[in-house]
Amino acid sequence: MGLKDEIIRLFGETATQLPEDIIIALEKAERTEDDPISKDILGRILANVGQAKKESKPICQDTGIPIFYVEYPRIYSQEKLKRIIEDATAEATNIIPLRPNAVDSLTGENTGNKPFLHFEESDNLKIDLLLKGGGSENVSSIYQLPNSDINAGRDLDGVRRCILDSIFKAQGKGCPPYIVGVAIGGSIEEVAYLSKKQLLRKIDDKNTIDELNNFEECVLEQVNQLGIGPMGLGGKTTALSIKIENSMRHPASFFVGISIGCWCLRRQTL
Amino acid sequence: MISLNFPLDQKEILDLKIGDRILINGTIFTARDRAHQFLMEHHLGNIDNSIIYHCGPLIKDDLVISAGPTTSSRLNRYTPELIRKYGIKAIIGKGGMDDAVINSLMGKAVYLSAIGGAGITYAKTMRIKNAYNLEFGMSEAIWEFEVKDFPAIVTMDSRGNSLYKQIYKKSEAIFRNQLL
Repeated sequence: MGLKDEIIRLFGETATQLPEDIIIALEKAERTEDDPISKDILGRILANVGQAKKESKPICQDTGIPIFYVEYPRIYSQEKLKRIIEDATAEATNIIPLRPNAVDSLTGENTGNKPFLHFEESDNLKIDLLLKGGGSENVSSIYQLPNSDINAGRDLDGVRRCILDSIFKAQGKGCPPYIVGVAIGGSIEEVAYLSKKQLLRKIDDKNTIDELNNFEECVLEQVNQLGIGPMGLGGKTTALSIKIENSMRHPASFFVGISIGCWCLRRQTL
Repeated sequence: MISLNFPLDQKEILDLKIGDRILINGTIFTARDRAHQFLMEHHLGNIDNSIIYHCGPLIKDDLVISAGPTTSSRLNRYTPELIRKYGIKAIIGKGGMDDAVINSLMGKAVYLSAIGGAGITYAKTMRIKNAYNLEFGMSEAIWEFEVKDFPAIVTMDSRGNSLYKQIYKKSEAIFRNQLL
């Protein structure tokens, strides 16, 4: 099988199969909820996930923006990989099928699907695909600290306030229970990129920095105290995980990027 | 579970209250951002007194593959006028809508929530009857579906109650406390 066909297969797997770690977290949440509405919602979510896999159909009609994280050895040309991925995206749109999600902002014309590509040189070829839904993307945000509205200073407590504020504002709009990626750094594109990349970490993945690992667990508990719940209709599970990455910043700047994933976070690796 | 066959008479709609779990039978029309703009500027008579579904479906070969709800709050600005102009009886979406919409539902209509991401569950209840404005693209076109046992929850009723607003207020108190 050529690389193009493997990427088409990757599209199919990603759109139709929710990663196992997220299924396990949703099952645990379903057992934890005692409110009949939130329990019913999680039960239906899990039934839909099972049906999607069984019938090889996209779990959600919003098959998202395809975001590729490509690690490649020097023997490959970046230009050639880009072309292969673009061709695979066009074919996958018809075959899987994927919903056309690339709208020209000026003309309003929907032209199919446009993959977002991130390349990095490495010893081995590894392709991560994230199909990122629009609803959860719309509730993602970037904060600049200090922020007097939420009394947030330039420290981890300030970051905690940003996360709580963003989830409180999101309520049920982005399809909770959420999967949250956070990054601290010195430029807006860096925290946007790194926070989204945190969504690739598995639910049970531990942060290698103890302080951040504790922070992730502690803020997750606080987010779940908000009671927003599955689909924003109340309950104990507002988020399944929070993952954070720390990065260098300019002395003048302190940005916090918050990328929010819906429960239906579709990510697979080739 | 209450089975509702649309078009409902007005009393049945007014009797629905937040938290009621229902199964919808009848005709629904999808409409997202661009369709709402179109429905404001033109008049599509078939939509009179019907149900609007905030949804951009995934369709192939005239079959509905996956068709869950999209976020309703983007359509807040059009909805009071849409309800008035077309006599809309019910809106299905996700995430809830604002106070202006709550007011425009009063004594007239209800807002029903579907589960975001559960696309196949809903697709299985649908059959395509018609399509309008296909030039807007698959997700923005207006699709007319016949649905059978489409599951939904009443989350904003015709008496000014909103389950979303209740959750928002509760979470706001907790959030303010967490910021102390």
